Formats: sequence, C-alpha cells, structure tokens
Amino acid sequence: MAEPQVSLHDDQPLLVADHLGKNYGRLTACRDVSFALYPGEVLAIVGESGSGKSTLLQLLSAQLAPSAGRVSYRMRDGVLRDLAALGEAERRFLFRTDWGFVHQDPAQGLRMAVSAGANVGERLMAVGWNHYGRIRDTASSWLERVEIDTARIDDAPRTYSGGMRQRLQIARNLVTEPRLVFMDEPTGGLDVSVQARLLDLMRNLVSELGLAAIVVTHDLAVARLLSHRVMVMKGGRVIETGLTDQVLDDPREPYTQLLVSSILPA
Amino acid sequence: MTAMIDITNAGKTFVMHLQGGVELPVVRGVSFQVEPGECVVLSGPSGAGKSSILKMIFGNYRCDGGRIGIWHRGAVIDLATAEPRQVLSVRRSTVGYVSQFLRAVPRVATIDVVAEPLIANGTARAEAREKAGALLRRLNIPERLWALPPSTFSGGEQQRVNIARGFISDLPILLLDEPTASLDAANRAVVVELIGQKKREKVAMVAIVHDDEIRHLIADRIVDVTSFAAAA
Repeated sequence: MAEPQVSLHDDQPLLVADHLGKNYGRLTACRDVSFALYPGEVLAIVGESGSGKSTLLQLLSAQLAPSAGRVSYRMRDGVLRDLAALGEAERRFLFRTDWGFVHQDPAQGLRMAVSAGANVGERLMAVGWNHYGRIRDTASSWLERVEIDTARIDDAPRTYSGGMRQRLQIARNLVTEPRLVFMDEPTGGLDVSVQARLLDLMRNLVSELGLAAIVVTHDLAVARLLSHRVMVMKGGRVIETGLTDQVLDDPREPYTQLLVSSILPA
Repeated sequence: MTAMIDITNAGKTFVMHLQGGVELPVVRGVSFQVEPGECVVLSGPSGAGKSSILKMIFGNYRCDGGRIGIWHRGAVIDLATAEPRQVLSVRRSTVGYVSQFLRAVPRVATIDVVAEPLIANGTARAEAREKAGALLRRLNIPERLWALPPSTFSGGEQQRVNIARGFISDLPILLLDEPTASLDAANRAVVVELIGQKKREKVAMVAIVHDDEIRHLIADRIVDVTSFAAAA
C-alpha cells in the first residue's frame, strides 16, 4: 500500500483552526470547523461543489475574514499567532515566503506574459534576492525539479501546455521553501495522464521538503495519493474526518459512503 | 514477555447507509495475543472476517469497541482509539502490511516502490535500492523489469513486488494477507523462507493463508475466526 509519510518529530501544530465559520448574510458557507495541522502533514478537504471547501481554504489562508472563530499559525519564531491579528509585514512574509498557494487555474497563480524564469525568480526577489545569476540558476534548477525543459526558461507560460503551467506554478510556490502550501483542486483542469504525472511529482516534493499542505479536491483518488488525513465536508460542515485510508476504506457517514461508492472503477 | 499484539474484545460492524442502513456485523469479541517471533494464522471460511481483523490491526478499519494494543516504541498504544498521527507513526516504525494487491503510484519504478519504506525511515537511497534489488532477485523478478513501474506486470509479479516491499523493512510486526495466493511453488517456497527469517528476527506476524501446506509450514498457532462470528 503506497502511502505518503508524515514527519512526527514536531509535536506542535503549525496551523490551528478553532470553531471557524463564515456567513454571507443569512447564508452559511462554512461553520464550526476545528482541527490542527502538524508540520509535514497533508490534509485533504473533500466534498462536492458548494460544500464549503473552497471557502474554508480561503479562511485558512487568510484571504477571507471569518465570521466566527479563528485561525492561528506558528510563525518561524515558534509563537502561535492569530492570523487576524497579524501586522502587514507579517502577512506579507506569509504570502510571499512561508506559504504557497497553488490555484486550480495556473493563470491565477502565474504571470502569463512574463518568462517562466521570471515567474519563479519573482518570489525570490520579493524576499530580497538581488543577484541575477543566482536567481536564474535557482529558477533553472526548480524548472528541472518540476520536469520542465530548461531550454524553455525564457518562454512565457502562455506558450506552455496546461500540465507544464501547473508544474511551473508549483515551482514558483516552492522556490522560497514554504512550510505550508494550500492547493485548490491542483489537478482540476488536466487530462488524466497529465494528472498522474503531476500527482507523483507533488507527492515526492511534499515528502522531500517535509511540507505541510492543505489540498482541496473533489477527487478522492487525489486525496488518497497525496494526503495523510482527510476531512469530508457537506453543507458547510465537516461531517467526517480521519486517516485518509480509514475514511476511504471504511467510511461511516452516509454522505461519505455515497462519495466513495460513486467512484467509477478504472 | 510483553505481547507485540494484544487484542481484547474488538468488534466491527459495517452500517450500509446506501442500503437503507442495513447493519453488517463482521466480528465481535476478537481477543488474542501475538508474541515476538510468533506467526499466528487466522483460519475460517471466506467472509468470516479474517481480512477485517488484519485491517483493524493496521488501523485501516476502525473498531466499534474493544482494544487493539500494539507494542510501539517501548510502550503499548491502543490503535482502536489512536489519533491519525499516531496510527501513521505505528505504521512507519512498527506494523507492516502485505496485502494481496499492489496499489502502486503511477510512474514509480519497481525498485523504488520496494525501496520506499526504507527510504522513508531514513535509510540512504543507494543502500535501500541495494536491499530492494536483493529481495527482488530472491523473488525471481528479472533485473530488466526493475526500472519499470509494476502496473504493467502480471498478477504474480505484482504480488512478489508487494511482498518485497512488505518484507524490506525491519518492522517488529507484519500482517500478511494471503502472501502466497497467486504464486508458483518456487516463489511460495521463497515466501516461506522469508517468513522463517522474520521469525528468527523475532518479528510477530499475523497471517491469512488458504493453502494448507503453507499454513502448516508457517503457523505457530492457529486462531479460529469463526469463534468471533458476529452473527452467532
């Protein structure tokens, strides 16, 4: 049984969600979500469209302010801080360095008109790198790591295929050595063969770099391959949670059983 | 001596919500122990719950009640109530599982599929691959196949890759779900040898084997699963 590995050396959570909720007027998008994510741990949030999983991801990554509860994150100094109380400089540090965000649509996470090298280098420049040669070397080695031919370093991602764009987006995110990566349907718009390659790549990178990740997906196969733990959402609530293979092989809730039984055999 | 596995009164019932909430009792009152260096074989007809018990010991199926004590890093941990992180830790350093079927990641070479559990536990890649190669050779997987992903292999070859992957680590507990099911006589004999070697290394094992001859060769004790029949 191939399963991702989790580092258990760190016994302090990296991110803590505490009774998190979000309302839009009278509409509840997400309510009462609590969990702790540990360093090196990959959590999948699964559920169908409208289940609240994307709203939750935005709350967790401080792109949306919660209506209730809070999200805390352990900064590099070891102190657990409420995201809502961070200053602008600290937020910038999280967004530019310590976190990555992989969007379903690479066009949202990349600058489509500038070169691939610049897309990767930009994150480095944002954290103070200024030596052109070093930036280019680092960008080039990251392109290799995500299996993009370095001869394409000066081409803009709009000339890339969907799978290449997604791999470039991953390189751009990981170049600053983040500790936590948020992924929103990372394999969403890709062909199945391209998906498999991307999943394999992500799985290796996550385990080599000891990254923590929160992956939103409606695809249970993605959850199985990438995550240690899974949360199943329905109607804005977490209805079932546990070790990924437990939840997928021994689902308890009616809705989870429905999701698992709806997978078409290959 | 402390038992490596100490199960007390564990039970499992599936509730099938999509079939009108019908309850499918699998086992109840499961109680037995396994000592270091001992191979316990579960016996009983198909559907008696043998595989379910193995999956409960691996933390893959959740228990409704009871206790699954595992000797893990110098203390007993109850897998029936453990947190996901603890279950992963137990799988990483204590309990290995060899299923009948290989669930491989696409694109990963056979040799790396086999070496992965060692690498994950901190063994250097070169050393892990060397051990993986030795096991694959012993299990008669030709070297020209090692660089290929096992997804295209025959059922028997895939099972041998799976066995190599399961036996490569030095974990103190191994769960074997029909490890010889689709193997020829020569390869069955290799698996019997591997199990004997694990016994000498004081590994505690729980196995399901349908072949009477193999059972006779590996079992130190037989636990009859029909005594845990939930429907009785």
